[in-house]
Amino acid sequence: MTASATRTNRITTTRPEARAEVSASGKRNPIAHLTPEDIEDIGRELDAIRDEVLASRGAADAAYIRRMIRTQRSLELASRVVLLFSKFPPAFVVGTTGLTVAKIIENTEIGHNILHGQWDWMRDEKIHSSTWEWDFASPAEQWKKSHNVEHHTYTNVVGMDNDLGYNILRVDPDQEWKLHHVFQPVTNFFTALFFEYGIAAYDLDVKGFKDGTKDKDVFMADLKKVLKKLRAQMGKDYVVHPLLSGPSALSTLLANAIANTARNVWTHSVIFCGHFPDGVETFETESIEGETRGEWYVRQMLGSANISGSRFMHVMTGNLSHQIEHHLFPDLPSNRYAQIAPRVRALMERYGLRYVTGPLPKQVGSAWAKVFRHSLPNKRPGHSQLGDVVAAARDAVTDVLDSTRGMWRRDRRSLAAAPA
Amino acid sequence: MTSPGDVVAPPQADRSSVKRALARVGRGARRVAEALATPLLPEDFIDLVDPLRSGADLRGRVVAVTPETPTATTILIRPGRGWRGHRPGQYTRIGVDVDGVRHWRAYSITSPVGAETISITVRAIPDGRVSNHVRHGLRPGAVLMLDQATGDFVLPDPAPDRVLFLTAGSGITPVMGMLRNDPLPRDVVVVHSAPTSGDMLFRRDLTALAAQGRISLVTRFTATDGILPVTALDGVVPDWRDRDVWVCGPTGLLDDAEAHWAAAGLSGRLHTERFRPRIHAVGDGGEVTFTGAGVTVAADAATTLLAAGEDAGVLMPSGCRMGICFNCVLPLTDGSVRDLRTGEVTTANPEDPVLVQTCVSAAAGPCHLRV
Repeated sequence: MTASATRTNRITTTRPEARAEVSASGKRNPIAHLTPEDIEDIGRELDAIRDEVLASRGAADAAYIRRMIRTQRSLELASRVVLLFSKFPPAFVVGTTGLTVAKIIENTEIGHNILHGQWDWMRDEKIHSSTWEWDFASPAEQWKKSHNVEHHTYTNVVGMDNDLGYNILRVDPDQEWKLHHVFQPVTNFFTALFFEYGIAAYDLDVKGFKDGTKDKDVFMADLKKVLKKLRAQMGKDYVVHPLLSGPSALSTLLANAIANTARNVWTHSVIFCGHFPDGVETFETESIEGETRGEWYVRQMLGSANISGSRFMHVMTGNLSHQIEHHLFPDLPSNRYAQIAPRVRALMERYGLRYVTGPLPKQVGSAWAKVFRHSLPNKRPGHSQLGDVVAAARDAVTDVLDSTRGMWRRDRRSLAAAPA
Repeated sequence: MTSPGDVVAPPQADRSSVKRALARVGRGARRVAEALATPLLPEDFIDLVDPLRSGADLRGRVVAVTPETPTATTILIRPGRGWRGHRPGQYTRIGVDVDGVRHWRAYSITSPVGAETISITVRAIPDGRVSNHVRHGLRPGAVLMLDQATGDFVLPDPAPDRVLFLTAGSGITPVMGMLRNDPLPRDVVVVHSAPTSGDMLFRRDLTALAAQGRISLVTRFTATDGILPVTALDGVVPDWRDRDVWVCGPTGLLDDAEAHWAAAGLSGRLHTERFRPRIHAVGDGGEVTFTGAGVTVAADAATTLLAAGEDAGVLMPSGCRMGICFNCVLPLTDGSVRDLRTGEVTTANPEDPVLVQTCVSAAAGPCHLRV
């Protein structure tokens, strides 16, 4: 094979390059104090941790995920049964709570992690990234593409990782400000409520289709798959289960809507805590050219943030509370992240890198603060932010007027003519 | 009883229309159940309660694990209700989880037909993950994955009168499956080779059958007597030409038998079962065959399977190209590949294909990937 020699194989690049201390936009480089040798040492240490986990992976891990699946299904089944009598308030409360928890675990600790291939090693075709489908609007196939490929490969690279704000939010000063960002706190609130549909549209790459970067035939084929999935999902929660509840139909429908929405808000919050809280770094496109394995590891560590909490908390977040460990080793079984976390943290601190973590409310607050802060343009010396927004709004209005001038004239003329 | 002149169609039509209506109701119920369970299947929930029910993915519960010889173990399995039975001489595949990883292996069924349980006999091979697990790790009560019985190494119905079974080592297992059924062909000769009498599988069963006069048994212990050449059959079973013969054992025996019967112009009477533990040549790089695309290319130890396929013009699924996204996984159906990150070698057989990440795996010897 001669052609392979020239092919860029990301994992075999081994040439670290010196990086500038301050980026083009004036951002401090968080790894300027590390030599290329340091970075490769970090890479080797992390590879060793990974190898250790791989070597000890076995029956206990397999039992963990099977137990998790069994528990989740039992909880879902029981909650659905209780909801058959949701007319009675206690049944409504118990059933809705149970279903919410079941849906959250299904999406996070089970679905997200299986789709990452964390359990492929068991060779169980029922618990495999290539066969799994989840209780979420976005079809597993499409999500795997946008999430596992784009986001996990180009984590926090401005302009390449669309998870930085999901095309609709501005969460980093290096992202260009546009007038519509003024409304992003409101946009984000509704995104949280309808998160699964937002992600479905995002995975479908609706934006790419509108911008002409996604092929129309591919888009239509994908759209068909999404609609099919949506029909099944909605049919289940909003038609079949309510009908089955007979006299409790309306309350079951409400319960299912609450469970789906609560799940949406929860997953939105968890995911927000993964890359948006204060202290998380973003990167520039140039910085990943010829990136080595060590540099890739460092970017993953600096571009992610953890959530501290109890074991139950970790399960409910699908161990995305160990976002740093997950981004280093997306395919290691999630039950192992807690085990390696102290070592990853010690390693980062030893090399003077910041291990960003905190309790959920603090991290959610920090991420939301960013959404508010970056809804306004970056502060420029000698300009007020409000003034910049007003100027942008004025420009926008002028644009609208300019592009519709003909119509306005005619209107004015017809208005003037009317009384006569 | 209806006389020949009676019209018999109407009741039949009634019955079949009722059946059709029932089938329609069944299908409707199934659709509702599917709508309730989506994106899972109704079975996924029923499995919580009854994993061995009929209609479930076939599983079996281990009833007993019995040592047969110092190295061979017989396990008794109660198959789930979906088990369709077997014909004597057929084999089944079992899926066993060893250290959390599922492995599939094929074994002959050695129990008589019609029983509630089936038995298989597994000989531990050195470093054999499954066979050693069966011997040392498997306990009664464990649930295994199971496949329906299959295989053409069976006696025809009606069975011929005069039969020769020529076996060696664990090649006796499918034959034992036949010999445990009634009635046997009128005249059965079993010529079986084993290293020593202590290693001989089913020694007690076979000698008992011989003592009852139901079979003629010729045993050969190769550690002391050497291997019995097929050409020496004349001295052991002078009328071998008049018999239908079933041969099962190591590749050498099968090859010799095929040549011998062909030379005698009697290939039509020869039935063989090839039971070879596959030995894969593990090396650095090798020929990669993309079945489905019908492409074979030589790839070195540093070339990923993904790159090898793409360079050969195969439409390969791909994603991150660095081993994290699992969009490039394809089934390895034969041969070995090496993980470029860890150096770990993964081996697969047609009976036990394994999904591998093509973007971080290179050929370790000749291998087959299904695209």
